[in-house]
Amino acid sequence: MFRRLSRRAIAVPVALVLAGLSGCGSGEPATSSTSAAAGAKEVNVFAAASLTETFTELGKTFEAARPGVTVKFNFGSSATLAQQIVQGAPADVFAAASPATMKTVTDASLASGPTTFARNKLEIAVPKDNPAKVAELKDLTDPRVKVALCAEQVPCGAAAVKALDAAGLKVTPVTLEQDVKATLTKVELGEVDAALVYTTDVIAAAGKVQGIAFPEADKAINDYPIATLSKAPAGDLAKQFVDLVLSQQGKDVLTKAGFEAP
Amino acid sequence: MLVLPAVAGLAFLVLPLAGLLIRAPWSTLPQRLAEPQVLEALRLSLVCATAATVVCVLCGVPLAWLLARVEFPGRRVVRALVTVPLVLPPVVGGVALLLVLGRRGLVGQWLESAFGITLPFTTLGVIVAEAFVAMPFLVISVEGALRAADRRFEEAAATLGASRWTVFRRVTLPLIMPGVVAGAVLCWARALGEFGATITFAGNFPGTTRTMPLAVYLALETDPDAAIVLSLVLLAVSVVVLASLRDRWVNSP
Amino acid sequence: MTADGLRATLVVHRPAFTLDITLDVAPGEVVALLGPNGAGKTTALRALAGLIPMSGGHISLDGRPLHHLAPEQRPIGMVFQDYLLFPHLSALDNVAFGPRCQGVSKAEARRVAAALLERVGLADRATDKPRRLSGGQAQRVALARALAVRPRLMLLDEPLAALDAHTRLEIRSQLRRHLADFDGATVLVTHDPLDAMVLADRLVVIESGVVVQQGAPAEVARRPRTGYVARLVGLNLYRGIGDGTRVEVGELPLHTSEQLDGPAFVAFSPAAVALYRTRPDGSPRNLWQATIGGIERHGDNVRVHLDGPITAFADITPAALADLELSPGQRIWASVKATETHAYPA
Repeated sequence: MFRRLSRRAIAVPVALVLAGLSGCGSGEPATSSTSAAAGAKEVNVFAAASLTETFTELGKTFEAARPGVTVKFNFGSSATLAQQIVQGAPADVFAAASPATMKTVTDASLASGPTTFARNKLEIAVPKDNPAKVAELKDLTDPRVKVALCAEQVPCGAAAVKALDAAGLKVTPVTLEQDVKATLTKVELGEVDAALVYTTDVIAAAGKVQGIAFPEADKAINDYPIATLSKAPAGDLAKQFVDLVLSQQGKDVLTKAGFEAP
Repeated sequence: MLVLPAVAGLAFLVLPLAGLLIRAPWSTLPQRLAEPQVLEALRLSLVCATAATVVCVLCGVPLAWLLARVEFPGRRVVRALVTVPLVLPPVVGGVALLLVLGRRGLVGQWLESAFGITLPFTTLGVIVAEAFVAMPFLVISVEGALRAADRRFEEAAATLGASRWTVFRRVTLPLIMPGVVAGAVLCWARALGEFGATITFAGNFPGTTRTMPLAVYLALETDPDAAIVLSLVLLAVSVVVLASLRDRWVNSP
Repeated sequence: MTADGLRATLVVHRPAFTLDITLDVAPGEVVALLGPNGAGKTTALRALAGLIPMSGGHISLDGRPLHHLAPEQRPIGMVFQDYLLFPHLSALDNVAFGPRCQGVSKAEARRVAAALLERVGLADRATDKPRRLSGGQAQRVALARALAVRPRLMLLDEPLAALDAHTRLEIRSQLRRHLADFDGATVLVTHDPLDAMVLADRLVVIESGVVVQQGAPAEVARRPRTGYVARLVGLNLYRGIGDGTRVEVGELPLHTSEQLDGPAFVAFSPAAVALYRTRPDGSPRNLWQATIGGIERHGDNVRVHLDGPITAFADITPAALADLELSPGQRIWASVKATETHAYPA
């Protein structure tokens, strides 16, 4: 019993190391690509995690207008998604949270001519009761205020650095979170007094946090590019989905969620 | 009949490792390894995993003793509870820790007001998260050793006038030492690789809470080669430590 | 009886059986608990040590009640069947373990232990770990370890069972010497009659959880009162009704040299049984016709199992076996002289 258990147990850290690396090679998305050629009834959309709510809604609209067609989403970190596409994941559409991550895909000649369909701005998120009485970006430099930022490696972190640089402020965060949702969670739980997240995330948190807009945010606006992939198995359906996102209807959905029109 | 699936299983476990080794950027390896952030993360990982193991041994061995030696109502439930961190997704474990030990947590609130201690975003928090996830490995290993140990030695010690504590310290503990060592090694290895609970509960900041697995994850976002290098370091350290303890591990009861 | 020594009534209920025995052992006396497997000997010993809870009864040692104390608080020394020397400690530290637990300083405990090892002749093995000791040496270390706590009650569980025949002989006589030097009460559990006879001043025979016979070894050997004891001491034993010098055992009257009336036992040695192919002349007093149930070697002799009005063993020489040309199922005449029998009240 003990030996069996210990062998299995030892595999766990190893497996974890491997799992941590899965994004670079073996990370097949959960979607299956059954569509072979034209007449495909399935569109695989790889989209940044911050698009989860809006794209899910647009997907339903898309399906409602085309009986028999299903839209399958793979939401995740833009960088991870880009890696998956480069490694051969069967995507039709890629919607990224930053031009840099889109560049990974266009550099690999897997897509061309991405269009910016939305822009996202940073806001200061504070817990509902705002215990540190944060009112503007400068308040974040107070060492008594615990601040969470996204890690620089992910788009919201890069934007935060840009905004703070523009304002000439130096903030020492207590943590650099791996994505914007994790950053927001720390605010929701009251573990930090403030964080820089996207306006859309504050709106999606539906009253669990309070958002404070700040002027320097305009210096760090995040562009969201979208593109059909050149090898898109769904072919024309992919194009139609991108058109929907770029349409007035798509804009309405995105604006409602806090995105700005490009 | 057994060889084929065995080979398949082995290949399944080994091939990803081979993939890492093949994809590794060997030419730039030395200068990547010498980067201060890498050494910092490695040092933090080793310190935290070791400290977490010490915590697990100090609390886990008595807990294993309780489970193996003392009859009390609800013992089976307690044993099941001990294994919860094994099945709980570590991220959920991290959230649970925040809810209890966080700044607004049930215990954390009191810790802060009474002692001014906050655990999230501190190295101490990393140790707590790692200990939480790794403790079951130690408890299960030690409990197994305790159940396998011949209890009559403890009886013999009692007839010689040894109190319960003396029996435990001078007879039981030496007898189960191989099991304790094996459990501590597993525990240490698990703590070293801990990611989910750590990043959720302790956050991620270079020098205080960014351990190797966190560095690997973030490196993946922008620089997969760096992630491979970091993983190789982690892998090499675990292989060296586990191999040096292998005999005791395999021969333990 | 004085309050000194051990006075115990042990009651332990087990799913299969109930142990209920009374045991008195004077200081310096060695009592052997003898009985078949599962009779409750070891249960009794463990109850005395406090290792299993008693369902009832009491234990007092030198006038002090003991039964409510935990094992570590009882002034006992125990030698276990396979010694249970602590494998991670040297012989010396094994022996010093008890004194250390009693709060003696490390140096003093080791001095006491060294003296005891010297006494059991193992001064030169003090630093050895138990796995490097032979069975006999381990047994002696176990004895020294038990003596080191200066117990008032010594408990030995099959102390010689794990030894080979040769070592056993040597260790038995040594153990006898050490037990003779010990001034407390000693209870020894064994299923070997020879160990019991050599080591004990008194035998207490237990069967199915109750005492069936007790007394000095010679007395028990001469006058067994149960089939188990009779087999143990190698006698044929019958229970009957005495009428003068005759004891009626079922259909068969056995003539004895003793006068006895009422319920009685008759015992005789298998060697006292003579066998004949035809009815012997001169008609001995105890003569019966038997069927041979089996023949087996028994030491240098041959043991013949006899069925008939009484079942009996007869020991004859291999030469006699050849002369008589015996085989199982054969009808044969058996006789025992009245002077070779021993009768005593049941």
